Amino acid sequence: MTTLPDQKDAVGFDPVRIGAFGRCLRNPRVLIAGGFLAIIGLLVLLAPWLAPADYRAQIDLPLTNAGVLGTDDFGRDVLSRLIVGVRTSMLVAVLAVLVAGAAGVFLGLVAGFRGGWLSVVIMRGIDILLSFPPIVLAIAAVAILGPELRNVVIVIGILYIPRFTRVVYTQVLSLREAEYVQADRVLGASSTRTMFRTVLPNVTAPIIVQGSLSLSFAVQIEAGLSFLGLGAQPPLPSLGTMVGAGRDFLEVQPSLLIFPAIVIVAIVLALNVVGDGLRDVLDPRRGQS
Amino acid sequence: MRTFLARRAGLALIQLFVVGTIVFLLARLIPGDPARAVLGDNATEDQVAQVRELMNLDAPQWEQYFGFWGNLLRGDLGVSLISGRTVLEDLPVRMGNSLELVLLALALAMAIGIPLGRLAATKANKAIDHIVTGGAILGISLPVFVLGTLLLLVLGVWWPVLPPERFVSFAEDPLTHLRVLLLPVLTLTAASTAVVARMTRSAMLETLSADYVRTARAKGLREKHVVRRHALRAAMLPIVSVSSVELTTLIGSTVLVESIFGWPGMSSLLMNAVTVRDYPVIQAVVLATATIVIVVNLIADITVRALDPRAESV
Repeated sequence: MTTLPDQKDAVGFDPVRIGAFGRCLRNPRVLIAGGFLAIIGLLVLLAPWLAPADYRAQIDLPLTNAGVLGTDDFGRDVLSRLIVGVRTSMLVAVLAVLVAGAAGVFLGLVAGFRGGWLSVVIMRGIDILLSFPPIVLAIAAVAILGPELRNVVIVIGILYIPRFTRVVYTQVLSLREAEYVQADRVLGASSTRTMFRTVLPNVTAPIIVQGSLSLSFAVQIEAGLSFLGLGAQPPLPSLGTMVGAGRDFLEVQPSLLIFPAIVIVAIVLALNVVGDGLRDVLDPRRGQS
Repeated sequence: MRTFLARRAGLALIQLFVVGTIVFLLARLIPGDPARAVLGDNATEDQVAQVRELMNLDAPQWEQYFGFWGNLLRGDLGVSLISGRTVLEDLPVRMGNSLELVLLALALAMAIGIPLGRLAATKANKAIDHIVTGGAILGISLPVFVLGTLLLLVLGVWWPVLPPERFVSFAEDPLTHLRVLLLPVLTLTAASTAVVARMTRSAMLETLSADYVRTARAKGLREKHVVRRHALRAAMLPIVSVSSVELTTLIGSTVLVESIFGWPGMSSLLMNAVTVRDYPVIQAVVLATATIVIVVNLIADITVRALDPRAESV
């Protein structure tokens, strides 16, 4: 006999969806990409212990093949800088997406659930935010606030609020009239409680999909800003600054460009593959037979 | 349709108004004295006072704000704090150069992406579909500045078919201009082609299984005809929408691409202004790009509406 999920589970997280994550991992592409991201996650956590040398220290002459991946123009170990660079880029991207997600989900919930003028103001505000190409506004804002990683996190975070708000808003609109949401109200739950305890858990699937895809964009924007010299400041490496530095030595030491380029592409690709995989199983419109 | 046009144009105006206000506030967000920030710590009080005057910082806030709009409406985008030239002397040419890249890239992306997406959709789950979808996901995972620098390495250094050349305008030397243009346009096109192909594929998969396509097949129409006249045409709506979004992305990406290839567009104007904190120029570039995006979205929304056969009855 199969056991029924208890009441809390049914409201907390739809068990069908936990199964969906398992189904998603059965796709070999998603499994490989997910495994790679797990390794990147470990790298981020253990970077200070994994890096063979201090990323600021000169270990040999400039542009030699010392160490595993050679040395950069200051004679610093490229492998160590790559490991720390991955950590910088990923931390900025994850923090930015958390900022965007928290603010975006909240605004989407309020706009969808409350409706009325509040929803008009929020959704029009979101439209306006969307009328800036993210990188242009990011450059202007970071240039004015100062090229600091904290500012990069805030700016990317704000720029990606609309994606979450829109997704949550449309979902909430369709859920608002659902029977179990109405039932919650009839039972006397406050609207804040209904919003966060009943509606929010049922819109987690699109939020997760949006989160993984936004992470891939955030990695790219951070790297782009750092490439232009507006993100991580020397001596701290990020994947973008390393590509930027590699560009200056194309003829002498192309490996300075190639290694960080491969790592960025691999991370972005893995995030996109996982995002697509999650969407395929979580989005009911996409052939979840 | 008329009420839709009025509402949509009204929204665009509100967007422009808010964008202008944000751009006005940007320069006022600078920590400390903006004039001091421009000049650095070694500037004399006289110099600071001069720049404060140029930026109109001594007037009351509301007066500055109305002055800002008054100037904008008269087409006065301000004066560069560094070169002393009016922004309007440089901006239109730079904007033209940037738009040349963007529009060419978008046209190429649609010309390649739509047929690829259509091919993948009609051969769903066959080898060709896997190649297209795999290539597309790789395409959207290549950040423009990485692809641009790699192309520079491969086609400029290792196999020097397109060695770096100085920018020449089309009027001066059309052939060299096109040669210089090739790498930046290629770089920009890659990701957009991938996005357009993906959208075309998924939109067509949906229309190919729709009832009216089944009806068309049941009528005995030839498959080619069904695909082109029924499935692809109905799938054009999301494709047009995604293309307008892609244009926004491309305008952003040119900033990076221009900086890699030394293309004298809005980007180098913006980046130079950023390094020397030339706030009027930064404001003008942000305002100009946002205006382009708002206008493009307006046109795209109207096009989608005009193409949508259901729109009239709704």
